[in-house]
Amino acid sequence: MSVLLKAKIAEVFEEPGCDINQGKSEKERKKGCTKQLNPGAAAGGCAFDGAKIALQPIADVAHLVHGPIACEGNSWDNRHSASSHSQIYRTGFTTDINELDVIYGGEKRLFKSIREILEKYDPPAVFVYQTCVTALVGDDIEAVCQRATEKFGKPIIPVNAPGFAGPKNLGNKLGAEALLDYVIGTREPEFTTPYDINIIGEYNLVGELWQVKPLLDALGIRILSCISGDGRYNEVATAHRAKVNMMVCSKSMINIATKMEQRWGIPYFEGSFYGIGDMSDTLRQIAKLLVQTGAPADLLDRTERLIEVEEARAWKRIAHYKQRLAGKRVLLITGGVKSWSVVAALQEGGMEIVGTSVKKSTREDKEKIKEIMGEGADAHMIDDMTPREMYAMLRDARADIMLSGGRSQFVALKARMPWLDINQERHHPYGGYEGMVELVAEIDRAIFNPVWQQVRIPAPWGEDGETLEAPSSPVHAQLAGVAAKAMELEPEEVPV
Amino acid sequence: MANVVESKKSCSVNPLKMSQPLGASLAFLGLDACMPVMHGSQGCTSFGLVLLVRHFKEAIPLQTTAMNEVTSILGGYDNIEAALLNIRKRAAPKIIAICSTGLTETKGDDVDGYIVTVRKRKPELADTEIVYVSTPDYMGGFEDGYAHAVTAIVRTLVKPLPLKADQVTLLPGSHLSPADIDELREIIEAFGLTAIVLPDISGSLDGHIPPDWRGTTLGGTTLEQIRAAGASAFTMGVGEQTREAALALQEIAGTPLEIFERLTGLECNDHLLQRLAHISGRPVPPKYRRQRSQLLDAMLDGHFYTGGTKVAIAAEPDLLLAVGSLLHEMGAELRCCVSTTKSASHALLPAETVILGDLEDLERGAAECDVLITHSHGRQAADRLGKPLLRIGFPVFDRIGNAHRCQVGYRGTMALIFEMANTMMERIAHHHATDWPLTPEAMRAATHGAAVRAPESIPPSLAEASA
Repeated sequence: MSVLLKAKIAEVFEEPGCDINQGKSEKERKKGCTKQLNPGAAAGGCAFDGAKIALQPIADVAHLVHGPIACEGNSWDNRHSASSHSQIYRTGFTTDINELDVIYGGEKRLFKSIREILEKYDPPAVFVYQTCVTALVGDDIEAVCQRATEKFGKPIIPVNAPGFAGPKNLGNKLGAEALLDYVIGTREPEFTTPYDINIIGEYNLVGELWQVKPLLDALGIRILSCISGDGRYNEVATAHRAKVNMMVCSKSMINIATKMEQRWGIPYFEGSFYGIGDMSDTLRQIAKLLVQTGAPADLLDRTERLIEVEEARAWKRIAHYKQRLAGKRVLLITGGVKSWSVVAALQEGGMEIVGTSVKKSTREDKEKIKEIMGEGADAHMIDDMTPREMYAMLRDARADIMLSGGRSQFVALKARMPWLDINQERHHPYGGYEGMVELVAEIDRAIFNPVWQQVRIPAPWGEDGETLEAPSSPVHAQLAGVAAKAMELEPEEVPV
Repeated sequence: MANVVESKKSCSVNPLKMSQPLGASLAFLGLDACMPVMHGSQGCTSFGLVLLVRHFKEAIPLQTTAMNEVTSILGGYDNIEAALLNIRKRAAPKIIAICSTGLTETKGDDVDGYIVTVRKRKPELADTEIVYVSTPDYMGGFEDGYAHAVTAIVRTLVKPLPLKADQVTLLPGSHLSPADIDELREIIEAFGLTAIVLPDISGSLDGHIPPDWRGTTLGGTTLEQIRAAGASAFTMGVGEQTREAALALQEIAGTPLEIFERLTGLECNDHLLQRLAHISGRPVPPKYRRQRSQLLDAMLDGHFYTGGTKVAIAAEPDLLLAVGSLLHEMGAELRCCVSTTKSASHALLPAETVILGDLEDLERGAAECDVLITHSHGRQAADRLGKPLLRIGFPVFDRIGNAHRCQVGYRGTMALIFEMANTMMERIAHHHATDWPLTPEAMRAATHGAAVRAPESIPPSLAEASA
């Protein structure tokens, strides 16, 4: 690993916005905050995966993966981050290095690849992702990118987050560092307003941002840049002119918020678009901070009025389901911000949370859960549940539905219990007031699907396939009767 | 007799290819009570896992040695040992199957050596078989990884045994679905023979509901069956990719072999039945004689829609040959063929050239074609071109039921013909009155010199009536 990358990782771990980190001794801090992975018992993506997740939603940029075929060939076009403009971010670009590149280095291939992309697709910028193999053989992607930027006159951005550097979460931060080092602050916006904000850590999965944007639009709040959902390179480059930063998705890109505060004095707050109360708090926070930074004070009143209208409408729509869903028990297997923001939302829908996983949650997240769930929250926080335990819990009907990411869906489905996708591969947007109604509707649709009764009907024979008892009704005779009636004939005698 | 051309590009755009370790993992997923492991960083496993889940819609047991910066440089012995012990403790598989990745191959980890050391140091692993295959990401592709993994299984676990005259070994290629394997097994058993299928994803990835949760694969070739392959009277491989493992079986147990370059089509299935009749000494069952006749009828019904169709197809070598050849036999023209890696199969393909390239190459070539045929990643190209996409191979993540799609045997061939013909039928052009305008020259010829006549006046009586 290059000295540069090592320094970068140390820097990422030196997070002033993280109180856990600030509570550590100098020595502890040096170790970093990633848990050591357990070989043979690990799950989840690598740092490269994390960096790609964080940056790929910038939609008008070509994302070029410098490495062997596995890194891009096995993973491209697998997320539903939506774009309202360019579609080039969905194109898979990779140098697909071969054995000779491993031996002689892949820098030349990388340089040529950048040129080919610019010639054929002409994006405003190219993001170049480092991977394990190319990092190990010593390809200097920073140097290649610098040379390419000079030669072609377009920003070519190195993203140095090889897979072995750590887990996905670290990759999110290293991706964010690339934006801080090479993109943010490199351009000026055409104009600014007192209502300019950045939304950081929102990936616009299945278009969720668009469930929230109309609210901001109505208040006259401008999203100067969203990092990175539905993003445009030039907008991200001007992000430093925003008045306020909102950080979504817990700590995944906190370094952008803290460093923008240090460099440009932009205040930030942590908010969520999931859940009715959280959405309202978020709007209030944005309004408050904008007014503090100089926006006219009427924004506060307008925001309150909008919240009142939107909340009333959402409650009314959810009330329809609340009756049906009251007391339904939910097992929530996710992480970070969703471990609490969705909890509040589900409680709003009358449901009971019988377990929420906190494996990927920070101490703050856990505090929030306690705050929301009140007494006995500890009992429902699951640190590390094996699939077998989840399966047993569902099979024994200690929960009515599981909400989780796509990978663990079969734990529920094989136990013949309802399951709903709430992670990145989902097809339904759950943002804002609209999204929460959608989530509750989807849970209702899942739980009350008659298929669950069907798939739980035991086969009318034993393990050995021997018939247990004679069929109860003479099906033959019945059918013959129906057919005869239809043809206006008398039923014949049918031997049963 | 296709001429193989390698794409000259530095940058692969919209990859067709997937990595060797992923193919190797699929092979390992066809073993019962097995835990496949990728020796690499956790992302290698994570990406592969997600893709397999999206295709099969099944829980996929797949582990990682979770290599980090330090272990990558110092060597992964400790990670391999820890992974083996952890997996044995948590999932208790009968077989742990390891494949290497680009990361560990670049470093040069000697995993064969590691396993010898682990065996010495950790006697508790004595009840677990360990298979290892070297599959660097930067060489070959999915099909190659699968082929090497099957060979590694054979070389590690098969020993020569006394001959069983009524037992054959079936080596399915990576392009065969669980339904394909079931179909072939049924055909073989119809001749009174027993088939050992290696590997057998029809037991593990066919989408069934097991009575309890298991951390390992849910079925597939059992360890006993793998070992018993040493007694088979014959090895049948489907796809050129199986030759390597079939030769290994021949070397170990002296088993004669035949590689069927494909089993999608008429003649190749005739040949299969002929071969089975010969091995078993039994006649071809009436069921298959009937199916053959049905296939002939399907070919006749289907040829109206496939004949003259210009096809752009991208797939791994053996699948390309299977589907491409059938379409050629049905009168389609293989205008643009793209594949991933070199293979003896390409020499048999009835097309002018095969490009070893990506889906960008396919998209370019498809501009003049009527239909695109490739995996689900072709959807963007098909959208842009406004042309139909027939999904084949792996991954097909935007359709369900992939495990139950059968494309081999008479019946599977018939099903594929119907799919293809129906895809084309949906696109039959509707014509309009102005579709065939005459050329200006024809217009002139037709009208030149015609006497100019005033419109005839309408008789007063009629004019009144119409008013």
